[in-house]
Amino acid sequence: MGATPFLRMENIHKRFGPVIASAGVNLEVEEKEIHALLGENGAGKSVLMNILCGVLSPTEGQIVFKGSPLRLGSPREAIRHRIGMVHQHFMVVPNLTVAENYVLGHGSPLRVIRDMKQVSTRIRELSHRYGLDVRPDARIHDLSVGEQQRVEILKVLYHGVDLLILDEPTAVLTPQEADRLLALLRDLVADGKTVIFISHKLDEVMRVSDRVSVMRDGKVVFTTRTAETNPRELARMMVGRDVLMDLPRAQTSPGRVVLAVENLSCNNELGLPAVRGVSFEVRQGEIVGVAGVSGNGQSELALALVGLLPAASGSIRLNGEEICGLTSSEINHRPLSHIPEDRHKMGIVLPLPLTENVILQRYDQAPFSSRGMLRFGEITEHTRDLIRRFKVKASHPGEAIQNLSGGNQQKLVVARELARNPDFLLINQLTRGIDIGATELVMQEVLKQKEKGKAILLISTELEELFAICDRILVMFEGQFLGEVPPDRARLEEIGLLMAGNREEAQRLHNRAGAIEA
Amino acid sequence: MANIDSERSPSAGSDILNGLGRAFTKTWQAVAMPAAAVLVSMGCGALLLALNGFNGWDIFTVMLSGVFQDTRSIAEVLLKATPLILIGVGLCVAFRCSIWNIGAEGQLYAGAVATTAVGIAFPGLTSWIYVPLVILAGALAGAAWAAIAGLLKIYFRASEIVTTIMLNYIAIIATSWLVTGPLKDAAAAYPQSARLLREAWMPKILPPTRLHIGILIAIALAIAAYIFLFRSSAGYAVRVVGISPHAARYAGMSVSRNILLAISISGAMAGLAGAFEIAGVTFRLYQNISPGYGFEGIAVALLANNNPVGAIFSGTLFAVLRSGSEIMQINAQVPQVLVSVIQGIVILSVVGFGVYRFRSARPSE
Repeated sequence: MGATPFLRMENIHKRFGPVIASAGVNLEVEEKEIHALLGENGAGKSVLMNILCGVLSPTEGQIVFKGSPLRLGSPREAIRHRIGMVHQHFMVVPNLTVAENYVLGHGSPLRVIRDMKQVSTRIRELSHRYGLDVRPDARIHDLSVGEQQRVEILKVLYHGVDLLILDEPTAVLTPQEADRLLALLRDLVADGKTVIFISHKLDEVMRVSDRVSVMRDGKVVFTTRTAETNPRELARMMVGRDVLMDLPRAQTSPGRVVLAVENLSCNNELGLPAVRGVSFEVRQGEIVGVAGVSGNGQSELALALVGLLPAASGSIRLNGEEICGLTSSEINHRPLSHIPEDRHKMGIVLPLPLTENVILQRYDQAPFSSRGMLRFGEITEHTRDLIRRFKVKASHPGEAIQNLSGGNQQKLVVARELARNPDFLLINQLTRGIDIGATELVMQEVLKQKEKGKAILLISTELEELFAICDRILVMFEGQFLGEVPPDRARLEEIGLLMAGNREEAQRLHNRAGAIEA
Repeated sequence: MANIDSERSPSAGSDILNGLGRAFTKTWQAVAMPAAAVLVSMGCGALLLALNGFNGWDIFTVMLSGVFQDTRSIAEVLLKATPLILIGVGLCVAFRCSIWNIGAEGQLYAGAVATTAVGIAFPGLTSWIYVPLVILAGALAGAAWAAIAGLLKIYFRASEIVTTIMLNYIAIIATSWLVTGPLKDAAAAYPQSARLLREAWMPKILPPTRLHIGILIAIALAIAAYIFLFRSSAGYAVRVVGISPHAARYAGMSVSRNILLAISISGAMAGLAGAFEIAGVTFRLYQNISPGYGFEGIAVALLANNNPVGAIFSGTLFAVLRSGSEIMQINAQVPQVLVSVIQGIVILSVVGFGVYRFRSARPSE
């Protein structure tokens, strides 16, 4: 490396109190490349990128950008140095328009009002140039997640950056949308930009990046040209060992119907129809997948099944008993477990210790409670047991769950729900935001449940997850099931089309495939 | 198998050591911040006194020796500590549920009114029945007064911060009306109620001082509240609702019911404070029966980090400051305003350290 690279991060350390997030990271990024940053959760990718875009300041170390040292106090300063980041959680104000969001915090309010027309014109121009389809006068809360992401990307481009950082951008997209995004990244590089993107997904890293750096335990452990590596090597670097990509699946024949849903409809929080008359069954010993782009009624379907959202019509029968209309507390006493979509919001209580998270739904049931008092002996013993069985990395049962990485938090949630020994298991996003090691473990545990004859409904936006463990996949679009597809990777494109609501095209594809087979 | 055993025993030993270590750090963290807040405010107070030509150290010694001069002065401190502890403990429960009840002052008045009304109404009852009866009346009235704000929050999403403050005014002004009108003692020239019947008076525990049994009840209730919050299933639900209503719903807890429970407990405790003032100290209802105990109780709870047992100590500390301020005025001629400023600094630094603790306790990711 004789010449000065475009960006060099040298010996970056970052500590949050006793927690070490970056332990001397060295990273070099060349101009006009797509540089993938790969790593498990808690490996320090997001922290490193937040340092680069001025959200966090490093405890130690320096950044050299375009040949001169860089010290950033805020994201706005980063923008001034032409560095911008698209965060995993979007940084937009939902009830403002796109254009209003773009000017927010940039320039005086008076000038902003005067220049609004000009701003809109420029947004249209840029949007057209990159084929992003962003309308400047749309309100953010009316947009889908995919659209919001395009808004975010365009916002960064609007402010004029040379270095664009994206934090797990494809997590919320359909395969087609993800393809479009990856193509967009290529266009941006052709346009002279440099892109760093954080990802968990080996295949997209392989497809789109020029170089890839793997992070583990707060350090970059490996950097290479993408062309010179393969997914297995990268996976090994991430976790420090070989990963089984395909899980062995026992063939079980489905038994009696455990959950029968008929013509279920419900509205979302705004009172708009979200689930429109869906019917399906889940039998003993089968895993039924629900694929779909987020925001097509999957969240509402899940909440309605467990009594957290009132159904407008229809019926839900568990072991033959009508549970539609029961309260969530009553449903908690039925043999049903629910791994919720949003861990932080619903599945766990962040500041509480592991012990008090383990008893979340059973805080007033034996053996954790007797005569109104919590029995901490039993609770701690049970927590230790779950920690051991699910290899949760925690120093002790009394540790606050917020100190654990996302993967370990999810392991504990899965452990808790499986320990309730339900007949029906509802899972909404099993592996969202968790690392490969944890993904493999929770998937294996879910498969074990299937072998034990549990009925499982797995809602996921992650097709890989569905392919890996489901027996059949229902595709949800705008509150309805558009079709059922076997978990066959060869039919990825068909599923993608159904997810995008294109039933005819999917049908045509399916027929053609059938014709070829014949 | 022997192998496993030999691996287990040292880890069990170090588990206990780790546990002790953690308990120590936890206690240290719980005590260090409040102690720092108190020290900082004392330093600021001394500086302020020095700027006004007083010797901070002298005043300090005068104050402390005055406060702890004899049994009577100590009893007076504990007498002031009683309502502060009661209110502080109640607010610990409300704050743990993220209910910002600013209305303890009004709930205290509601309790005082109910105690008075019951305490003058039933001649012929024995003390064994009458004292618990007036206390219960006060607690229920306080709880009911607080529950109004709780119901407004549940059914109309009205912020309890606003409604409890409004209810303060209503309670205080209604009390003024009662002691000048319906409850006025016909024989008295001043606006005050008739005296409570003797059988309704709370027993003294340290005659000839005015100290009554209320302080012991307050301490017992603080411990009970601690057990409720941290050891009972119902208290666990209150805490989960306070931290994450979404998780609470997921767990099958009723958010509304827990909100109502928490605010009613805090109201009952403030009502008890009012009941004890009437049945233990004044034996009559006056216009301004509380010198702001309801507001100071907020600082008591904050300084205790919403830990009811901690509120015993922080409540006592605020009582010492209250007594001390009187002594500063009388024995050291420090002007009233200066005393108020020093009290203000104490509360500000308590709140300031509370915010710091809140910030540093947030997740780092």
